[in-house]
Amino acid sequence: MRKLLKYFNGYKLQTFLAPLFKLLEVCFELLVPLIVASIINEGIDGGAGWRYVVNACLILIAFGFAGLVSAVVAQYFAAKAAVGFSKQLRRDLFKKSQSLTYSQIDNIGASGVITRMTSDVNQIQSGVNLFLRLFMRSPFIVFGAMIMAFTVNVTAGGVFAAAIAVLCVIIFGVMLTCIPLYKNVQRNLDSVTASTRETLTGARVIRAFCKEDDEISGFKARNGKLTRSQKFAGAVSAIMNPLTYAVVNAAIIVLFYVGALKVDGGSLERGDVVALYNYMAQILVELVKLANLIITVTKSFASAGRVKEILDLPVLEVSEKDVERGGGAFLQFKNVCINYGNAAVDAISNVNFSVNRGETIGIIGGTGAGKTTLVNAIPHFYDLKSGEILLEGVPVNEYGDGKLREMCGVVPQNAVLFNGTVRENILWGKEDATDGEIMEAIKTAQAWDVIDSKSAGLDEIVEQGGKNFSGGQRQRLTIARALVKKPEILILDDSSSALDYATDAKLRQSLKELEYKPTVFMVSQRTSSLLHADKIIVLEDGKVVGIGTHEQLLKDCPLYAEIHYSQFKKEGA
Amino acid sequence: MAKLRKGVLKRVLKQIAKYKWAVAATLFFALLTVAGTLAAPVFFGQVVKLIVKSGVVYYEKIFEKFIILAALIAVTCVSQWVMSIINNHIAYCVVRDVREEAFVKMQYLPLKFVDGNPVGDIVSRNIADVDQFAEGLLMGFTQLFTGVLTILGTLALMFFYNWIIALVVFVVTPLSLFVAKFIAARTYSLFKKSSEIRGRQTAFIEEMVDNLKVVKAFNREEENLQKFDELNEELTRATLKSVFYSSLTNPCTRFVNAIVYALVALAGALMLVFATPLPIAFDVGILTSLLAYANQYTKPFNEISGVVTELQNAVACAGRIYDLIDEPSRKPDLPSAIELKDVKGDVEFDDVSFSYEEDKRLIENLSLKVKSGQRIAIVGPTGCGKTTLINLLMRFYDPVSGEITVDGHSEFNIKLKSLRKSYGMVLQDTWLKSGTVRENIVFGKPSATEDEIVAAAKAARSHNFIMQLPQGYDTVIGEDGGNLSQGQKQLLCITRIMLCLPPMLILDEATSSIDTRTEQQIQRAFSDMMNGRTSFIVAHRLSTIKNADLILVMRDGNIIEQGTHEQLLELNGFYSRLYNSQFAI
Repeated sequence: MRKLLKYFNGYKLQTFLAPLFKLLEVCFELLVPLIVASIINEGIDGGAGWRYVVNACLILIAFGFAGLVSAVVAQYFAAKAAVGFSKQLRRDLFKKSQSLTYSQIDNIGASGVITRMTSDVNQIQSGVNLFLRLFMRSPFIVFGAMIMAFTVNVTAGGVFAAAIAVLCVIIFGVMLTCIPLYKNVQRNLDSVTASTRETLTGARVIRAFCKEDDEISGFKARNGKLTRSQKFAGAVSAIMNPLTYAVVNAAIIVLFYVGALKVDGGSLERGDVVALYNYMAQILVELVKLANLIITVTKSFASAGRVKEILDLPVLEVSEKDVERGGGAFLQFKNVCINYGNAAVDAISNVNFSVNRGETIGIIGGTGAGKTTLVNAIPHFYDLKSGEILLEGVPVNEYGDGKLREMCGVVPQNAVLFNGTVRENILWGKEDATDGEIMEAIKTAQAWDVIDSKSAGLDEIVEQGGKNFSGGQRQRLTIARALVKKPEILILDDSSSALDYATDAKLRQSLKELEYKPTVFMVSQRTSSLLHADKIIVLEDGKVVGIGTHEQLLKDCPLYAEIHYSQFKKEGA
Repeated sequence: MAKLRKGVLKRVLKQIAKYKWAVAATLFFALLTVAGTLAAPVFFGQVVKLIVKSGVVYYEKIFEKFIILAALIAVTCVSQWVMSIINNHIAYCVVRDVREEAFVKMQYLPLKFVDGNPVGDIVSRNIADVDQFAEGLLMGFTQLFTGVLTILGTLALMFFYNWIIALVVFVVTPLSLFVAKFIAARTYSLFKKSSEIRGRQTAFIEEMVDNLKVVKAFNREEENLQKFDELNEELTRATLKSVFYSSLTNPCTRFVNAIVYALVALAGALMLVFATPLPIAFDVGILTSLLAYANQYTKPFNEISGVVTELQNAVACAGRIYDLIDEPSRKPDLPSAIELKDVKGDVEFDDVSFSYEEDKRLIENLSLKVKSGQRIAIVGPTGCGKTTLINLLMRFYDPVSGEITVDGHSEFNIKLKSLRKSYGMVLQDTWLKSGTVRENIVFGKPSATEDEIVAAAKAARSHNFIMQLPQGYDTVIGEDGGNLSQGQKQLLCITRIMLCLPPMLILDEATSSIDTRTEQQIQRAFSDMMNGRTSFIVAHRLSTIKNADLILVMRDGNIIEQGTHEQLLELNGFYSRLYNSQFAI
């Protein structure tokens, strides 16, 4: 946890002052019962007169006000420190998240990263805030009251010590018992949530199979289980208040008994007994607060642990060397193996091939054959397990990721657009592209009719996830986004799957006619898309089973032939 | 709006009425608890009075009071616990009832509602909103009632002991209310603002982390960090304010409390100093009790103002869940509806028109006759109405006009369940239940034997991959198929249908995620399955539908061409263009 402490930097003063002012407030509060005792002892029983009483009461109000001021100052510093802490933490987390590698994201899952950045950081923020406010106040009131009691009378102080010990046992006992119970409640709630979600996402299938009644009875069972666990956890945690109330009041009885004996013996006055009574009452409230503080802090620690998992992820070494691009083949795969983390089987293994500048390379294979992995290795999205990928003779990981990716135009399988305008989305490819360049890219990507159909043209708003565009429209816009930077290497990962055959053909034609002649990697399920590629790589279970032109492969590669004839009837057959 | 809330409130009360005895019990125990809590300081005060000074201590009387106090504390404790248990019972049972009602409703909602509302929204109504509702109910029961009772009881007791001091306290009360209200109002708007900014920030984070791969591919890390910093700065400023203001409540009320306390001490002490000739019995003991009351007097004010916001929230949440429960259900079966038996599979569309939205016409005056055992393929560009036809066949949606008949019976006059049971459906969207592979396969035929299951799986080419799973057929797959690939999920959906084999089939892009080789392998099983069964097939890959008895080419909701593959190619129209484009460059 020490690692997170650095996020207090810049707020050290506030972090230090907040509890200090809180302490000041506590001091004012602790003096109140003493003043009341003196009112009774001196003012009433001692006959010091009304002036004494009025002065004492004015002091009470003055103390109250002084307490208020120090509390306000303390709360402000605490809020400032907590909010500042979480701000810096959140920023670092976001920065880290943007630097994660493909395999790290695949392993943790995007939703895991998002919850850590939102709800976990919020949890930590309230933990820090509450901690700064209470870690001085509550223990000081509790132990301060005890010390005050000792100053009034040692025996009475002993009663306080015993009562506090018993209260601590009760509060922590109940809390510790409750933690697993509430975890159980949460599990049951998760199962009720899952069942609700499932019944909605599966509405068609459930109705088609007429399983509505089964769904309902399944839900009733889970829901009933949730209710039972809630009631049980509630009953156990509800025992805390009555028990502490009983202990405090029992302690007061003992206190009065001790007090009576001491007053009788002349070592105490009546006002002192009243003061002891008041201190005891103060303890109860603060102990409950302390318990809550401990719960919140525990939760924050759990959140901090989760956040740390992300911060501790190793950062990929990025070398920003100036590399001399050599000659030879434009791009070359040498014995490339890639493994996602610790999978038993490599995603692709021993891949060898080389590509000349300006060629179009087709990649085909069944589901899970490693097509996407292969093309993603080119812009160094994944580290290699072994082997190397050479771009003009230099390993791709030596270019520096920024520079390397500058050269590549990537169209991912999943056509994602971002919230903003169409123009802003295309500009992702090239920050300073003119409208002319944008339109050129859009035309090449066969997306002209998409823009034409929208009233605002390039300024049409894209909703989050691009929901207001169809799959095919999104796919063409993501192609335009990659084309606008005129990349040396263009990677199309099954990017025309949502396009009909005619549009797909037109797209391929216009890519061929590009003046800057990019080297194109085209992943596809359809052999028809790859017919005219210079080279087609056939993958099966991560291994290359054939490389060549369409005609060569039809002859030499049974898998390719099988794929092709599954889509087209054999001529004359 | 206010009227609406009143309606919801009535509804909530009705929901609680089922537990009226429990409510009566909790009220009784609350009364007991408050009475006990208030009585204790009285007796403690009396004890103080009995401890006069050195040599003057009335032990016997003190012990009497101690016994009373012990009994009182015991009763208070027990009744407080019992009250909490009953409150939990009421709140959690009411919530259970509401959740169940909502869930049952979900089974009977028209699909139009399910399709038109984000799943996350409906789920959050049944989970988060209902939770908030429970929270409000629980707090209402435990704190509102005891809080009000405590304030009233304290005031009454104070008036009983010393009306002058009570009056002093009573006059200061509005100050406490005012402070609480002022802070609550400020905090509410500040919280709203910061949660709005937080929402924007979360959306941004979601977008950029979900699509991190694209971000990295385009080197956008720096720009994103800049934008994030702007949002983060904005959020920090707003949060600082809201956190600070909300944390003022406690110190402020503590200050008001200090004033009340000082005034009680002042008035009480002065009365004792001057020994006022008032007809009021007053002594140090009573002053002690009054001081204790003053201490606990303002606390319930805090709690009540908290409860009121909580209750407002709860009512708003209850409103959202009741809105769902009140959604109209699908039309029930007509009383004259018949059970569909021994289905032959003659399906007829008779002048059917349909649209999802009133002003956007989709299918118009569609008529079509399908004979028993025919294979009907439907092709056409996205959005042409292919899936809509299936929605109508399954009666997920009802036609706006016209009717569909099965074996000569109007669909409206067939019991819905028996209609749906006559169709076997495989959709592009592969939904699997969380549970074992086996449970998913027997979804449509729970009585299937092991041999039947394996035979179906072999026919659907899913047996091999199932056997490779860690526990074979007993492997648990997570929510929505969990770690299975899209293709594997689709194979399981096909297996599910292979097992129960209803008399008619609907295959909507049923093999879209399966690679073409495997598809060819299961094609034969499909053929066997379709043999003698009326089948409707929607497919993107034209190769999969060439053998259909009738191909319907749809465009903009209309059937523009129909015939066999060869007939349509000869026609040289839309279909032949679509078909030939796959051979183009």
